[in-house]
Amino acid sequence: MIGSPVLRREDRRLLTGSAVYLDDIELPGAYEAAFLRSPHASARILSMDTSAAAALPGVLGVWSGHDLAQLAKPIPPKVTHPELQDVPRYSLPPESVHFVGEPIAVVVAVSRYVAEDALDLIEVDYEVRPAVSSTAAALAPDAPLVHEHLESNVAVHITQRAGHPDQALAEAPHRLSETFTVHRGGGHSMETRGVAARYDVGTGQLTVWDTTQSPHYVRNMLAFLYELSEDEIRVIAPADVGGGFGPKAQFYGEEAVIPFLARLLQHPVKWIEDRRENFLATMMERGQTHRVEIGFDDDGHILAVKDVFEHDQGAYCAGLQVPTITLSTLPGQYKIPNIHSELYACYTNMVPTSSVRGAGRPQAVVAMERMVDRMAEHLGLDPAEARRRNLVQADEFPYRAGLTFRDGSPLTYDSGNFPELLARVLERVGYDEQREQQKELRARGVLRGIGLAGYVEGCGLGPYEGSRFRLKNDGTILVTLAAAPQGQGYETVYAQIASDAMGLDMEHIWVRTGDTSTIPFGQGTFASRNTATAGPATLQAGQLMRERILSVAGVLLKADPSDLTFVGNRVQVKDDPDRSVTLKDVAQVANVGRHGITLPPGVVPGLETTSYFAPERAAYASGTHVAVVDVDPETGAVDIVAYVIGHDCGTVVNPLLVDGQVLGGFAHGIGNALLEQSFYDSSGQPQSTSYLDYSLPSAVEVPPVELVHVHSPSPLNPLGAKGAGEGGTIPAPAAIANAVEDALRPFGARITELPLSPAKIVAALSAARSGAGPSDTTIHGEV
Amino acid sequence: MKPGRFSYHAPTSVAEALDLLDEHAGEAKLLAGGQSLMPLLAFRMAAPEHIVDINRLPGLDTPERTPSGWRLPALVRQRAVERSTELARELPLLRQALVQVAHPQIRNRGTVCGSLAHADPSAELPAVMTALDARMQVAARSGERTVAAEDFFVFHLTTALEPEEVLLGVEIDDLPPGTRTSFQEFATRHGDFGLASVAAVVTRAADGTVERCRLVAAGVAATPQRLRAAEDAVLGSRLEPQALVAAERAVHREVSPTGDVHASADYRRQLVSVLARRALAATAQDAPHEKGSEHAA
Amino acid sequence: MLPDTPRPESLQPGEVLWLTTTVNGTRYEEVVDSRLTLADFLRGQLRLTGTHLGCEHGVCGACTVLVDGDAVRSCLMLAVQVDGRSVETVESLAEPDGELTPLQEAFSRCHAVQCGFCTSGFLMSATAALREGPVTTPGQAREVLSGNICRCTGYAGMVQALLEVGEGAPGGE
Repeated sequence: MIGSPVLRREDRRLLTGSAVYLDDIELPGAYEAAFLRSPHASARILSMDTSAAAALPGVLGVWSGHDLAQLAKPIPPKVTHPELQDVPRYSLPPESVHFVGEPIAVVVAVSRYVAEDALDLIEVDYEVRPAVSSTAAALAPDAPLVHEHLESNVAVHITQRAGHPDQALAEAPHRLSETFTVHRGGGHSMETRGVAARYDVGTGQLTVWDTTQSPHYVRNMLAFLYELSEDEIRVIAPADVGGGFGPKAQFYGEEAVIPFLARLLQHPVKWIEDRRENFLATMMERGQTHRVEIGFDDDGHILAVKDVFEHDQGAYCAGLQVPTITLSTLPGQYKIPNIHSELYACYTNMVPTSSVRGAGRPQAVVAMERMVDRMAEHLGLDPAEARRRNLVQADEFPYRAGLTFRDGSPLTYDSGNFPELLARVLERVGYDEQREQQKELRARGVLRGIGLAGYVEGCGLGPYEGSRFRLKNDGTILVTLAAAPQGQGYETVYAQIASDAMGLDMEHIWVRTGDTSTIPFGQGTFASRNTATAGPATLQAGQLMRERILSVAGVLLKADPSDLTFVGNRVQVKDDPDRSVTLKDVAQVANVGRHGITLPPGVVPGLETTSYFAPERAAYASGTHVAVVDVDPETGAVDIVAYVIGHDCGTVVNPLLVDGQVLGGFAHGIGNALLEQSFYDSSGQPQSTSYLDYSLPSAVEVPPVELVHVHSPSPLNPLGAKGAGEGGTIPAPAAIANAVEDALRPFGARITELPLSPAKIVAALSAARSGAGPSDTTIHGEV
Repeated sequence: MKPGRFSYHAPTSVAEALDLLDEHAGEAKLLAGGQSLMPLLAFRMAAPEHIVDINRLPGLDTPERTPSGWRLPALVRQRAVERSTELARELPLLRQALVQVAHPQIRNRGTVCGSLAHADPSAELPAVMTALDARMQVAARSGERTVAAEDFFVFHLTTALEPEEVLLGVEIDDLPPGTRTSFQEFATRHGDFGLASVAAVVTRAADGTVERCRLVAAGVAATPQRLRAAEDAVLGSRLEPQALVAAERAVHREVSPTGDVHASADYRRQLVSVLARRALAATAQDAPHEKGSEHAA
Repeated sequence: MLPDTPRPESLQPGEVLWLTTTVNGTRYEEVVDSRLTLADFLRGQLRLTGTHLGCEHGVCGACTVLVDGDAVRSCLMLAVQVDGRSVETVESLAEPDGELTPLQEAFSRCHAVQCGFCTSGFLMSATAALREGPVTTPGQAREVLSGNICRCTGYAGMVQALLEVGEGAPGGE
């Protein structure tokens, strides 16, 4: 079944409206919560009067950070660094707020309507402090401090080096530099966040439903915050979660508060984030400013790259994953002997930054791929040829890039074929004909541009992921995953893998996910990691389960297990259909127990197998995109005329679903390239607070795309799988920026900021026409 | 994002509706299509004590012929206008603009008059009605009055309507023979409010010269803006390229848009000038508008 | 299920109302708060949770239902406004275990569904569009789809699904 485009089992319930998302779960009589959120980007809470709110009929209670003193333990960052200047992030900060939207009080009422009425009655006295709302402002001399006890707004400063970059740059025959600013935006899954909880007094168990991408992470965090054993807390990510994309993989204060109140009130409590809250307080990615220098020779061989970048970390360090990923994504598909990648992660008074599909890689790809195009322009080289001359070759794997990956291991690409990716996308787009056509169109005044961008993406992040098989009493196989899906089709994909692992038809195998009470350990769904970790775990546990079943069946059939095979739901002696038992029979004997049948030594009863797969290191997916665009110089409109995605995720388990991930990722890429930017004003007030101000791509804005597949299986796991969730997104902004600048090349207009809006394109053209580009490529010592 | 509490009224006659508005003036909001009001309630940016739902008022949901043209009463849905073949023939500007307004799901509920009463500076219909020199029929308990479109839009989200008044309908005269129209909008995404848009109504004499031109922009001022200098630039011309360029330059000089995070003032100025030129050019290319055939009096 | 507006003494006239409506062919007589949205009425009071809330301000389309045959945003209507009217939600298309419509089957076949949260809204918008006329070109399909937002699929599968059923018999939803 691996490699087969099986239609999804999940679809029926989603299509018929019978799926059960968090807000659909039957919790009769559940109270509903609403959070009061700071209207200021930086302030001290001087006093709070909740009495009128608490007295409103229908309100069960109102709590502030002071009222929930038991929750006053800081939430640790998800990914940290020894030199991180960390600051406490509280579930409900009692004394000071650091971003607009930070929750400071919670109301529990009979309905969300009444809870919101109560919010309007809470009176808070703030002492407003100055705020910073950009990394530039954060780093300016005499900048207000986001956190008063720190010496600066730099959360951490990390440098990675390979070779001797400063020397190599100084000695390079050619050097170019540029500054790029890349703004990101939010994940904006269509379902917002939510958490519901119920405390069972009789068993002492707290059950928490959470739209999280990582139920075990939530459970562990709650156990830590509440000082309970993990066994007293059950966290369930519903089987139906409406999209994740990264923001739901973080841990937020609301997730600590709601179960706490359910326990306190001994009554179910539910909180469903509304979209306004999602705009304000759900973590997103925001700006990075990259100052890039590239050194190269006359033939376009890259000798050195230096990238110093500022990363907007937001008001707290919820985790350093995004900027540390950026650090090591820089070299991409190229052989670069000297690399300098330097990060300044800055605190700002905005919602904390955390991964959104692509997770820091799109920004690094912009920095690298834009400079490769500038190098090509400088030398009069075709950009495709410039890339060809620098690619890591197919026979050079495993390739050590010289930097360190986010998981602490040396950045080592396991497998790939970058020249083939490039060749195939160029062929599919008809690159030579496109260049010819570009010349003709330019002669007629049509601004056509072609842009390329490639990337390498570390996937299959450890430390491990798990899969558990059990033969049920009814003779079906239950596969339990710790990881939780948000649309990736786990119930189908993992049944496919299990089917191949066992040699058993898929129809007898069922998959469930995301419940900490059904499998004790897990990491979760993020970073394109599960196919390469839960996949091999499923393969291994499935193979073990097959052996175990056949050994029991061998006893029942008095046959050697190696002579047995699965036929339908039966175990049968090969070529002898009369000698068979059903899986149900096997379960009866081995699991339920049948009086009079004891299995001999060496044949273990209780048919359950578990495997936790720990990858030796990350597997590296890769891809190359090419964009062909027309730019209207009068309006700045960008029309994507053709777009080809070359994608290599190793072994493909379900081609239908992998294509879906790539195309879905591409829509995010269009948003990042042309539409989505979360604006804040200089006092840290968010300006993008609804879909009237923040544009998600619709079917009209996402152009048709052609896909080209390359398969370089990973040697690091028995499936050979890598990851497929983010490849459609990662290089899209860079490819489109390259294409737009190419379109504007006759005018010398420079594109240095993403996303590209029509207004920014027109501004770039105006700047070029008036001769003084705001950020001309600086050309250093020509030799 | 749940609305605050309010008393809900669903009058079944215009008189009843006007009485309610009079009684609760200042504390009541009218609910027609709801496509603008409901989001305001959800964000609690509006928290009226009374909602007067006029969707039950009879006889106000169909476009009507008048001796001089058309009336679109208060409950005519945008989608009904968009899909009317008669109106597409007689007042093509309406449909030209409406297909750019949001999406069908919004236009199924949104009313023409509701959009006019809401007066969003980026909205299409206020500019269209200004270009068509429409007349607003305003009613209160104390009586009715007519307000010209150019006088109706007073400021950002503000019209000439008093709190106790209702926009009962809008009257539009037939277009003179030889009139062509165009609506040009540029939005970040299909269906979004335009960064700017231009409505053009151009009447040409038998010899092809422009004898009447109304050019109105949305999104560059607090209300729809007549682009008079541009109109002057094309009057008497045959919309030749140099006339169009002159019009574009005139628009550039006469508008003073503000900038925001989505578009700078300079960009909007350039954009609206280009759209004005394109709108005028489009009227030169379309098949000539024939005055509609018989219509009921 | 009773409305949640608090204590009778504090209620103003017109805050709690009766409504009679037909939803998916079934008649309901219900008491509702005046401010209860149609979406919350369908989901919370009638427990038809197939209609979803993605933005509550009329842009994402996840809440799209048909009122008297017209596709509308149920988050932008009050429940009381469907008094005397008929509503169709996604649950009217097929039973959970029943035969899927050609449109639903096409969505699955063309992998037009991933997390599914937007799916009901798309199905209702597309159903309404197909009742009005055929959808025969990719451009037209994208136009029809443009009133709803999907964050997972990138729309390619939906375009394909719509074209596959787009030339079908009238009511080939």
